[in-house]
Amino acid sequence: MSAVLSATPPVLAAIGLMLVNGVVLIYMLRKVLGHLHLRLGPMHVGPKGIVQTTADVLKLLSKEDIKPNGVDRWMYVLAPVIVFVPSLMAYAALPFSETLRITRLDTGLLYTFAVLSLVPLGVIMAGWSSANKYALIGALRAAAQQVAYEVPLLLSVLPVVMIVGSLDLGEIVAFQTGVWMGVVPRWFVLLLLPSFVIFMISALCELNQTPFDMSEAESELVSGFATEYSSMKFGLIFLSEFSNSFVISALAVTLFFGGWTLPFVPESILVPIAPIVFVTKTYIGIFVFMWIRGTLPRVRIDHLMNLGWKWLIPTSLAWLMLVGVVVKLVAPGGVG
Amino acid sequence: MTDLRDTVLTHALQAEGTFGPGKAPAGIKRIPKGVDGLATEHLVVNIGPQHPSTHGVLRLVAELDGEEVVNVEVAVGYLHRGIEKLGEHRRYHQLGTLMDRGDYVSGIHCELAAALATEQLLDVEVPPKAQWLRSLMGEINRIASHMVWFGTFGLDIGAMGQFLYAMREREALVDVLESVTGQRMMFNYVRPGGVLDDITPDAEQKLRTFMRTIDAYIDEHHALLGGNEIFQKRVRGVGIIDRDTALSFALTGANLRASGIPYDVRRDKPYSAYGELDFDVPLGATGDAWDRYLVRMEEMRQAARMIGQCIDGLPEGDVMAKVPKVLRPPAGEVYACVESPRGEVGVHLVSDGSDTPYRFHYRAPSLFAMQVLEEIIPGNLLADAIMLVGSVDIVLGEIDR
Repeated sequence: MSAVLSATPPVLAAIGLMLVNGVVLIYMLRKVLGHLHLRLGPMHVGPKGIVQTTADVLKLLSKEDIKPNGVDRWMYVLAPVIVFVPSLMAYAALPFSETLRITRLDTGLLYTFAVLSLVPLGVIMAGWSSANKYALIGALRAAAQQVAYEVPLLLSVLPVVMIVGSLDLGEIVAFQTGVWMGVVPRWFVLLLLPSFVIFMISALCELNQTPFDMSEAESELVSGFATEYSSMKFGLIFLSEFSNSFVISALAVTLFFGGWTLPFVPESILVPIAPIVFVTKTYIGIFVFMWIRGTLPRVRIDHLMNLGWKWLIPTSLAWLMLVGVVVKLVAPGGVG
Repeated sequence: MTDLRDTVLTHALQAEGTFGPGKAPAGIKRIPKGVDGLATEHLVVNIGPQHPSTHGVLRLVAELDGEEVVNVEVAVGYLHRGIEKLGEHRRYHQLGTLMDRGDYVSGIHCELAAALATEQLLDVEVPPKAQWLRSLMGEINRIASHMVWFGTFGLDIGAMGQFLYAMREREALVDVLESVTGQRMMFNYVRPGGVLDDITPDAEQKLRTFMRTIDAYIDEHHALLGGNEIFQKRVRGVGIIDRDTALSFALTGANLRASGIPYDVRRDKPYSAYGELDFDVPLGATGDAWDRYLVRMEEMRQAARMIGQCIDGLPEGDVMAKVPKVLRPPAGEVYACVESPRGEVGVHLVSDGSDTPYRFHYRAPSLFAMQVLEEIIPGNLLADAIMLVGSVDIVLGEIDR
């Protein structure tokens, strides 16, 4: 019982963070896409439309919970939960600063990827149980995409792990503190650029984001796997998507951009603002995702598969081998 | 081609238990495959009439094998308003209004076709200024219409930005049309004997301002969408309409020219001021979606060229010939055609000497472009089916009438 009680505050914190994040990100997406598209985005509810998302959430909450005819009832109800819960769990290991995180895990990186890879399970359940052909096609696309891109995503972060010698996200950040030769930040994006490129492509795919939004593909599949969902069930799926883009962007920041640290900033200043640095970096990453989303057309499913299997996996394997050899030659006893 | 219509009408989008084994809806053939006697079946998907990318109310009945479309049937008729029959009960002046509601994206051209046919019956001489204004407004409308195509083509391919960028250009042109005709769509501007009004100084000013940037904007659009590798990989070599297919399906407009056949009504049967305008007719080589894209982009540049020539060369004079209030053309039969952004729009009028046409028929280029979809979509992926619908640029208003 005491274990449950002691776990309650962090869980509530995670839920709070996720909800606030979701609301902020939805507003941000609409504004960013709006301005990218020469429009204004929401303008009417509150100053600059800032309360628009809140109004939308209230609308979603107050809508009738519709269960279409012919759905597989349990799967249909359970699917949004299966989509939502892993997204929530993924916050557990994110290091907002040296001390501020929900829990410290030695295998934080592995854990985060493990829970994130549960999300497509919910997507497939949603698509299968909806008794809708568009949803079914969307779910199958999600399955194919998941299998093809989980592998390069994991392979792309392995060089980081090899160099740091730890799966703890905090230690990965600690390794990137400071500068080389007085000017170059010790960020992995500079050391392992190919890893970062592969990570970004796979992450976009993992997030179902344009140009890889196959499983939703509005112009083809209406809303893909989420076609039959409405009210707060849809809200959960939607929220989970935004939460995932926060998590993936936070991972990118942690792995490649030095997490909560900033080069050239003395520790006395950095420590109090570390969470702000981390969140700001993450939001810049999310902005890049939104930028891509507002600009690029959608890749076709077979091109997507070709890119995944024929390019990303071989490239990341070759790069992994190269990094491994170099690490062994340069520092036989381990770098960290 | 099997007729899927009965199957799909009785079998709505989400009939219960469609997916389980042994529950194939009637009429769908199950194809046994050799692996442990596992049977797979084709999935019939009803794309439209309510669907985000059906360009109105097109319905595609697609038979899917996984992601691949093995068979497709185009079902139309959801926007039928009986325009042709209505035309038999309207006076000749009113035909333009009806035609506007056909291809609502390029109203000027449709009105023009009706006006040309009526003028042929009446044997009226249209004043030169009206001729030039018709070409001018037509070309403005052509760019506006192609911008709609460009934007929705981008949407079909999943690029949302292109649509809104294209709307920026269309907005400027529609403002000009509004300033001259009073309407943003359904202009009712071209009338038998001439046009409604002269171009206003305000509109001319707007147009000149716009003309300074249009070429740069078209290049920008082309660089952003056409220069994107994802886009090129999706449209190159997909949906090839070869010369024979194009001819046998009676395609016209950019779809025909993309297949390499140089037919353009403006050049081959000049009407209005086109005989005096200098323009090129862009041609494609292979007839794939990429060629259709390129031909339309080039058509926009040519239209911009013509607009420039029209504003500079606009003659002085009346905009309307002397025509009676109620037109009673002598008995006879005519066919008049114009090059709309979608192809050859033709109007066939039969007069019995009364004040309403005896028969009013309308050749809609989209109707033919739509039919070729059944030929080019099978064998492609579902995503390409949507893209190909966008690539032939159809407007359901003129298909269903």
